[in-house]
Amino acid sequence: MDYIDPHIHMVSRTTDDYATLARMGCVAMSEPAFWAGYDRGSVDGFRDYFRQLTETEPARAAQYGIQHFTWLCINAKEAENVSLSRDVIAMIPEFLDCPNVLGIGEIGLNKNTKNEATVFVEHVDLAVKYDQSILIHTPHLEDKYQGTRMILDMLCDDSRVDPDRVLVDHVEEHTIKEVLDRGFWAGMTLYPVTKCTPQRAVDMIEMTGGERLLANSAGDWGPSKPTAVPDLIFEMRQRGLSESLIKKVVYDNPLEFFAKSKRFEFSPRQ
Amino acid sequence: MSSSPSADEIVADKFLEVRAKLLEIAAVLDRVDRTAGENGLDDAARQKRAALQAGIDIVASEGSDRAARLQMLYSREYQADWRETFGMTSS
Ligand SMILES: [Zn+2]
Repeated sequence: MDYIDPHIHMVSRTTDDYATLARMGCVAMSEPAFWAGYDRGSVDGFRDYFRQLTETEPARAAQYGIQHFTWLCINAKEAENVSLSRDVIAMIPEFLDCPNVLGIGEIGLNKNTKNEATVFVEHVDLAVKYDQSILIHTPHLEDKYQGTRMILDMLCDDSRVDPDRVLVDHVEEHTIKEVLDRGFWAGMTLYPVTKCTPQRAVDMIEMTGGERLLANSAGDWGPSKPTAVPDLIFEMRQRGLSESLIKKVVYDNPLEFFAKSKRFEFSPRQ
Repeated sequence: MSSSPSADEIVADKFLEVRAKLLEIAAVLDRVDRTAGENGLDDAARQKRAALQAGIDIVASEGSDRAARLQMLYSREYQADWRETFGMTSS
């Protein structure tokens, strides 16, 4: 089945991974800007990274027939440096007209600090001013609940934000309902060890019905499995769920959400 | 297309997998007891051990939302006044 991985960090994957994903049916992906494993020292470090996301990765993906889209921001970890964050936010518009840019992301919170919240609000302001969709990272483990609530508070505080153009990622059993109830899109991230398994993700699909719900691998440089979405497809089949529901979650929903970005253009496989 | 597994089938299918997870938990708790010195656990470890017990109690309880309740058990409580704490105003 053709599928889309809406959250995967291909800058930290090999070309072999592109080949494997293509063989498994991946036809498109979106790659949010994230933490590189170290704090970058200057705005030029981010400028180079954004060139990688808007030039290099789409070309690598195209070799395997995969369409590559991206989201730009300074991630929550590096947002602790507010002045660098402001420089990066001021530079982002240089890239907003690149053909594969879908919006601002993955912005969010990591340790739920004041600096992270300050930079989050400024990113949201940038997104609104430039009519961009938003992709959001929520914290992990014991900080996820508070962080998700804070993020929803900040988004709902800003009446200019259209929830239908915001994807809140890494939802789990205790956060999914509020995200969907408030009109946002929700993304489930499948991790092999520490976080949400394909089995639990399918439980959430069964409980919510799959409306405005996406699933991703978040494949990055840490322990992660870039082929996690095909695992989810397999688990859904094992449960006897309909092919139309599977397609909705792994293909139709990402396309519908991406299509809210003004630059989005997609050619389905013939 | 295969049909949705029944509750009976889920229990049968998952029995060995869940049994193995339960054994893992039992063995970890045994190891803790076996290794604890005369004074038992220090404060931090005792708190974590109690949190595990509370989780086991949720797993053993009735209801269809055990996973969500377990998640809440291991979450910091929501501070509704976080904006005031940070000196941020809602716009
Ligand atoms: Zn990510």
